[in-house]
Amino acid sequence: MEPIRTLRSRTAVLAMSDVDTDQIIPARFLTTTTREGLGKHLFADWRYGADGAPRADFPLNRPQAEGCAILVAGNNFGCGSSREHAPWALTDYGFRAVVSTQIADIFRNNSLKNGLLPVLVDPATHRWLLEHAGAEVSIDLESTTLTLPTGQVARFPLEPFARYCLMNGIDELGFLLGRDRQIAAYEARARIA
Amino acid sequence: MSATAQTLFEKVWRAHEVVPESADTPAVLYIDLHLIHEVTSPQAFAVLRQRGLRIRRPQLTFATMDHSTPTRTEQVFAGAPVAIEAAARQVRELETNCGDFGVELLHLQHAQRGIVHIIGPELGLTQPGRTVVCGDSHTSTHGALGALAFGIGTTEVGHVLATQCLLQRKPRTLAINVNGTLPAGVGAKDLILAIIGRIGVAGGTGRVIEYRGETIRALDMDGRMTVCNMSIEAGARAGMIAPDESTFAYLAGRPRAPRGEAWERAVERWRRLPTDPGAQFDEEVRIDASRLEPMITYGTNPGMVMPIGGAIPERGGDPVFDKSLAYMGFAPGQSIREHPVNVVFIGSCTNGRLSDLRLAASLLRGRKVARGVQMLVVPGSQQVKREAEAEGLHRVFLEAGAEWRESGCSMCLGMNGDLVGEGQYAVSTSNRNFEGRQGVGARTLLASPLTAAACAVRGRVTDPRELM
Repeated sequence: MEPIRTLRSRTAVLAMSDVDTDQIIPARFLTTTTREGLGKHLFADWRYGADGAPRADFPLNRPQAEGCAILVAGNNFGCGSSREHAPWALTDYGFRAVVSTQIADIFRNNSLKNGLLPVLVDPATHRWLLEHAGAEVSIDLESTTLTLPTGQVARFPLEPFARYCLMNGIDELGFLLGRDRQIAAYEARARIA
Repeated sequence: MSATAQTLFEKVWRAHEVVPESADTPAVLYIDLHLIHEVTSPQAFAVLRQRGLRIRRPQLTFATMDHSTPTRTEQVFAGAPVAIEAAARQVRELETNCGDFGVELLHLQHAQRGIVHIIGPELGLTQPGRTVVCGDSHTSTHGALGALAFGIGTTEVGHVLATQCLLQRKPRTLAINVNGTLPAGVGAKDLILAIIGRIGVAGGTGRVIEYRGETIRALDMDGRMTVCNMSIEAGARAGMIAPDESTFAYLAGRPRAPRGEAWERAVERWRRLPTDPGAQFDEEVRIDASRLEPMITYGTNPGMVMPIGGAIPERGGDPVFDKSLAYMGFAPGQSIREHPVNVVFIGSCTNGRLSDLRLAASLLRGRKVARGVQMLVVPGSQQVKREAEAEGLHRVFLEAGAEWRESGCSMCLGMNGDLVGEGQYAVSTSNRNFEGRQGVGARTLLASPLTAAACAVRGRVTDPRELM
């Protein structure tokens, strides 16, 4: 995984709350056996009309949303299923961070493992971001802060180990494999053979 | 109050700490049972191959196929072509992966195959005090037996395959205390829908719920599984119910449950699992079951739910709420009772067990599905199907005009082509009424098996108590 220390981008805004993983990537696209190529199906049922043409009124289809790496979403983003296809689709599309006031547990875990930053901000910062689509913001992992173009700085929580892994490009599997001695000792205690 | 008093969750968590959490690192948690299926495992096996890894404990991983498998008998048993070829390819990849890595797999025609969350308990694989994970959010179901069970993503599926462990931060605890007798016509599904309506779809985020109280104790195991199943719809990491005599009676004699002396020792161990008197939860909620009514959803998340005779609330100026109602074709203040219904689906990991089918059949017996309504009954496992047929339930469904299928996830998420048409209204015993979940443009009303059956008979949204 590529190390991430800072991220600077304009924002795309999807103001709806409780956006579930069935909207992020509908189940009919889960028959794939690889991680790649899901970006074209991201938000498929909101993004495209019945004829397959992009819907002009969907925020990601607006010209100013092109190239945005930060998605600002309503409260409780990513609720629903455990499908990791959701962060795969978001990163394949080009997003590197999702900003909200609450992000569902499994989606947040899956995002952290795919270099997609879940950024939880306070309601006032969130409201400002929702009202200023296209604002250029920066996210810094060292200080775990998000800075608005107004200069206002919002601190966000990030589990220290996940932050360490993201900043150093370390994947958790390597860390777990390195605990082989402790795992073997547990198995001996629990009589797992 | 004792300082050492522990909750059920804490006991299971601590017993599985390979390395406890610290400020810098999450806990390394050992996983006793890993269930896999065709949709969320292929990319995890690909990582094992890339890195030259083997499965650490293949005997602790167990595979089935359910999400994208066909439910038509000729497709399951006679090789008739399936609706979606990509789904068939995914199933073949699971067969290859399980063969290459030595994982036991219940193949498409296996007599024990079924939805992963139905067969875990049914086979006795799910046991009190175990840690259970699966690449599926409804893994919370298994908590009904006193296991700590939660859904994980595909990267974590790979972690468990390679190390039998996960890195986890300890969640907070939420006790939901339910007391009072459920009125006639009101069951476990209505109870969990009412709970989600009360705490909201994000009310359980970061928390493990323990369902407690006399109403929970009085539920049979199928009902407890329905309740725990939908914990994730409240955003919770997991839902748990303390094991008791009902749990032991359910597990006794199941194929993978301990036997003889090992059974006696296991039950002795399981009796120590319930939350100690005086143990503290981070939060508590109280629910009076005696005041509940049959529940039905009206919107596009499970928290948008009301008593079946109620009116859709008004939330002036909330554009998300209005958008949801527009998708559903409903308006604020409207009652949806008597609203026409096109499809009725009985099944899924929420309500695809024998007692669910019995409830639906009790209402359908001697009656017909209304003209123009498609009713699909999909048992949760092949064993549920056999047991239902032994009781003659399939004849009740078939004589009423419903379809009787082979087991699988089916119309809950429509991956296998069992779909609800655009703009159609489906009363479904499944767990999610998200936009497009059951088909592009499909409108889902979540309800209990009794309510779903009543809606099938009348062809309209119907309070089941009218037909009881």
